[in-house]
Amino acid sequence: MDIQSCKEGMATVVSVTGRMDAITAPAFEKALNELIAAGEIRFVVELAGLDYISSAGLRSILAIAKALKVKGGLICFANVAGTVKEVFDISGFGSIFQMHGSVADSLATFG
Amino acid sequence: MDADTLTRPAKVEHLEEMQGFVECCADRCALDPRKKFGLLIAIEEAFVNVCHYAYPDGRGEVELACYCTGDSLVVEITDRGLPFDILSLPDPDTKGAIMEREIGGLGVHFIRKMSDEVTYRRQDGCNILRVVVHNKQDSGS
Repeated sequence: MDIQSCKEGMATVVSVTGRMDAITAPAFEKALNELIAAGEIRFVVELAGLDYISSAGLRSILAIAKALKVKGGLICFANVAGTVKEVFDISGFGSIFQMHGSVADSLATFG
Repeated sequence: MDADTLTRPAKVEHLEEMQGFVECCADRCALDPRKKFGLLIAIEEAFVNVCHYAYPDGRGEVELACYCTGDSLVVEITDRGLPFDILSLPDPDTKGAIMEREIGGLGVHFIRKMSDEVTYRRQDGCNILRVVVHNKQDSGS
């Protein structure tokens, strides 16, 4: 798994590639928690390059989403496709999170 | 029926090796790629569960056994740990809002959804989870 983040206007875009599984998901959670600790509360998570996600990955996403909710922040997702999208849908995550077809569309929700 | 088997310590660090083994079996059975992807998730969920809970002292093994039969791929995940039927767990609420959702509980949900048949049995001191996927688009989820 590789994580890259960059500030885009009001939000931070985090691109995740590779696998989010029981081994790698904690690194995602740690990276996001560090950004939150640095004051970021608006995130666009871009998953076009994510090949695989399991319940461990979703658990990390949910933990981050809950932490952001408390701070009045928001996390949304861009370019979730294919089998990863199916996992989001099966778990109900596809309906509890904002999902967009592009990073630009996600950024637009932050004004 | 001869099955291919792989036995490793019940440590999460062996996850990719376990999945790679199942992926090879799936390819030999010419399993549909979408079915294979779902199966690999189910295998992670089952394997990680054994790693976390089967052996309280942290020492023990997991065996995977795979074989093709007809149009199906059968994978059995066996451990010698504490008796535990993961299928006894309820499905999580997948409809709740963010703050209502429980962190966790999705593993068994994926095992059920990603397989066409899944059964548990306790036999000779082992927990055996048997996951079957059919190589047809019209079955399962």
